[in-house]
Order: sequence, then structure tokens, then C-alpha cells
Amino acid sequence: MGKYLQVLRIGVQNTLVYRVNFLFRATVGLVPLAGTLYLWRAVYAGKPGGDISGYALSQMISYYLLVTLVDAFTAVAEDDWQVAADIKDGNISQFLVRPINYLAYRFWLYLSGRAVYTAVALVPVGIFLFFMREHLAAPVSGVALVAFVASVAMAAMLQFLIACTMALLAFWVLDVSTFIFIQFALEYIASGHLFPIDILPAWLSRLLMLTPYPYLLHFPVGVYLGRVEGEDLGRGLAMQAGWVALGYVLLRTVWARGVRRYSAVGG
Amino acid sequence: MSMGEARGHQTLEPRAPWWRRYPSLYGALWRYSVTREMQFKANFLLWIVVEAMWFGLQLGFMSVIYGHTEDVAGWSRWQVILLVGCSHFIQQVFTAFFLTNVSDISEHIRTGRLDFMLLLPVNTRFLVSFRKVDLGAFVNAMSALAVIGWALRNLGHLPGPWEVAAFALLCGCGVVVHYSLMFMLASVAFWTVRIQGAVWGYYNLFNIARIPEGAFPHGWFRRVFTWVLPMILVSNVPSMALLGTMRSPWMGVSLAALALACLAASEALWRLALRRYASASA
Repeated sequence: MGKYLQVLRIGVQNTLVYRVNFLFRATVGLVPLAGTLYLWRAVYAGKPGGDISGYALSQMISYYLLVTLVDAFTAVAEDDWQVAADIKDGNISQFLVRPINYLAYRFWLYLSGRAVYTAVALVPVGIFLFFMREHLAAPVSGVALVAFVASVAMAAMLQFLIACTMALLAFWVLDVSTFIFIQFALEYIASGHLFPIDILPAWLSRLLMLTPYPYLLHFPVGVYLGRVEGEDLGRGLAMQAGWVALGYVLLRTVWARGVRRYSAVGG
Repeated sequence: MSMGEARGHQTLEPRAPWWRRYPSLYGALWRYSVTREMQFKANFLLWIVVEAMWFGLQLGFMSVIYGHTEDVAGWSRWQVILLVGCSHFIQQVFTAFFLTNVSDISEHIRTGRLDFMLLLPVNTRFLVSFRKVDLGAFVNAMSALAVIGWALRNLGHLPGPWEVAAFALLCGCGVVVHYSLMFMLASVAFWTVRIQGAVWGYYNLFNIARIPEGAFPHGWFRRVFTWVLPMILVSNVPSMALLGTMRSPWMGVSLAALALACLAASEALWRLALRRYASASA
């Protein structure tokens, strides 16, 4: 355990180098957010007494604000590219011969990256949220708050597992970037990043709920807003935990096969 | 530099005038790009798929919105589809000619390759801006045009020759705006070498170009993104020209004037940056 805390420490120091970049990212990221919010305002302005699939305008705005927050906590920044580069350049050899688990090492680096990013992004995002505070309600109940924290933590794990598994494709293909981008596009729509997926036709949103993606953003945000309650909440959390477990097994399997293949190259 | 050039004139045969030299140079760069891209055919096709997915995503988003309403800020469903298509068209033409080149600038500085380019008897900005051509983006631009045509068909609007000409001209202005803004972002690399954020920042700014301009209320946000970083005008104005819904010809004139202003500003920043540039190895 101690060695991974060292990794965390080093990770924080390394990512602090990029603090200006992070600040730039977080600030520029507010421009499309503001654009989307203006777009939704215009949509609701054309709908007197507006309600879209149970979202009033204020709730729709909260949805996007919370997506921005959860995304800051959990998004994968450079981790997948770095894993792919480590494999391609042969950097993982040194981890295979040392008493350290490469995947655990990456996970702690991911956590340190998120910690630094969140701390830096808090400044511009915080100012933005302050101006939008009338739309950002407190979580509906104590249960919702606890469940929200738990589901964000699981979303972070799931996010890491998906990104890392995609990056491990570098064991088999020379250039993983297109795969990462295709995966990202799928995730962007199916996780509810672009819009809440329950405004889609019912059959389509039910279909998407069967994939792991909504558990990255849509589900945690729904929990906060009180749109998922009671029995659905328990079932949703169990589903999310199931996806994390499945993702872990998948990652370990792909890693084991990849390493076998990787070693075979040198041997 | 001037001395070297003077000597060059004496020993080499007289150079062709610039209007013959630059097109032939550009032709050579095209041949090089085509050869290089055709070496990685699978990758070439996969990138087209990625771009098509993002385009489909944006169209899907607007379709979902119009599943719940008929009208957004005075724009009907097919007018907005046309707007998204127009925005994609401009972005892809920009990508085809400039995106990789401009995002490579920080790499030229970091590796010191820029020193070598500065020594060549060609305008350095020309060389930096036109090095590579992204052929896949032409395919994507065609698909954007197809969506625009499809939207016009559904609107039952057949634009006249003047509307088409204005559309083409204003799309050109849009490309110039994108090129100039991104070029300025990339020029920041002269001060802080590591600026991978430039491309990312650019994509974020571009996001608001496909929103109907009527959705932006009067205020500082609208003013900044109309007059300083004219993202709101970039695809809205050409779309309105094609639809025949432009409120006054001044909108088109504004976009053209802003495109020239952005280009001039980027040239000024580039010259300032080059003057204080002291090479990567120094």
C-alpha cells in the first residue's frame, strides 16, 4: 500500500506541471457549456409551461451543471494515451520485472490526476456555478447525497476500467487512437454527456440503460436530482457495481493476454 | 538574410516570380501528402468513420431537441439541420487544408525544425500553414454538403445562383476565421512551448458555431463571440445566406470584415512571435 501512496505523491507532483493547461481546459470548456445552456433556454422559451420528459428548464440546467462537475471528478485526461504509449515504446517492461502492479500504478496516477484537475478546475467552474446558483439545488435528501457520492466513486472506477481496457488494445494494434475516439463518441452520447438520455424515445433510453455508459454520468446525476429513488436507486447502484466488477475482470483478462503476447515478442 | 539572398541571385538562375513559384510548391506538397496518406489506408478510412460519427451525433442531438419542439429561436428543424451541416462543412474544409499544419507548429518549435524552415527561401508562414493536406476531410466535407442539400430539399427551397455564390464566399470567410484564430492559439507556443491544449481549446470554441444565433441573448457573451471571436457568425451567416433569411447584407459584410481582421491580427502576432524567437536549442 505504501508504495502506491508514493505513486500518488509523485503523480500529484507530475500533474501539477500541467496546472496552467488544466486551468485553460476548464475555462475554455465553459464556453460550449454556456452555449448548450443558451440553446436549451431557447428551446424552453418556445414551449410555454415547458416540460421536457419531466425536466423543467431549471432542472435541465442543473443536469448540465452536475454533468460538468461529475466529469471533472471522473474524466480520463491523458491516462489512456499514456498507457498506450507505455506499451508501444516498451516502457512497461520495467514494471513486469518489478514488484509493482502496473494497473494499480496507473489507477493511482489516474486518482492523482483527478485530484489536481478538480482542485484547479474548481476556480473557473466554481465561479460559473456561483452565477448559476439559482439553478443548482441541494441534493433532494441525505440518502440521495450518500448514494450520489457512492455512484460518483463507482463511475470513476468504471471510467478508468473502460479507458484502460481500450488502451491495452495497443498490445495488438499499432495505432489505438481511432479506437479511443470511436469509444469516446459512443460514450459522449450514451453516458448522457450531450443530453439526458431519458429525453430520448422510451425504447431507446431503456436500451441504452442496458449498457455501462449511463452509469458514468447520467445515473449519478439522476441520483442527485432525485430522479432515481427507492427501489430503482438500489437496483441502479447494484447494476453499477456489477459493471465495475465486470470491467475489472475484463481488464485483468485483457492485461494477462496482452502481457503474454508482449513477452512473446522479445522471446 | 538579405545578403544570402543577394548572393543566391548571382549564382543560381533567376527565380520564377512568386505567382508561379508558390503554386508549383503547393503542388509538390499535395503530391507528398497523397503519397503519405495512401500508405495507411485503414487508418485513413477509420478517421473518416470517427468524423462521420461526431457529425451524426450533432445531427442526432438536434433531432432529439426537435422531437420536443417545433421552433428554436425562430429556426425550424430543417433550417437547423442545414446549420449543423454548414458548420461541419466549414470545419472539414478547414481541417483539410490547415488543422494538422497549425497544430504541428508547437512541435516545430520544440524540435527545432522551425530553424530549418526559417532558412528556406520561402515565406515561413506559407510553409508552416500548407505543409500537409488531409484528404479524408474532403470526403467528410462532401457528406456535409449532402446533408445541406437534403435539408434544402426538405425545406422545399431552391437557392438562386447569387445565394449559392454568397454561401460559398461566406464559407470561405468562415474558414479564414477558423484558420486565423487557431493560428493565434498555436502562436502562443512561442511563449510556452507545451500547448497541446490549442487543438482542444479550438474544438470547444467551435462547438457554439452550430447553435442558431437567435438563441444567444443580448449581453457580453454574444458581443464577445460576435465581434472578438466571431464564432456565432461563422456558420450562421453562410446558412442564412443560403436560406435567404439574412436580415441585412451587413451581416455578410461583417463576417468578411472580421475574417480579414482576424487574419491581420494573426499575422501581427506571428511577426511579434518570430521577432522574439531565439530557437529551441539556444
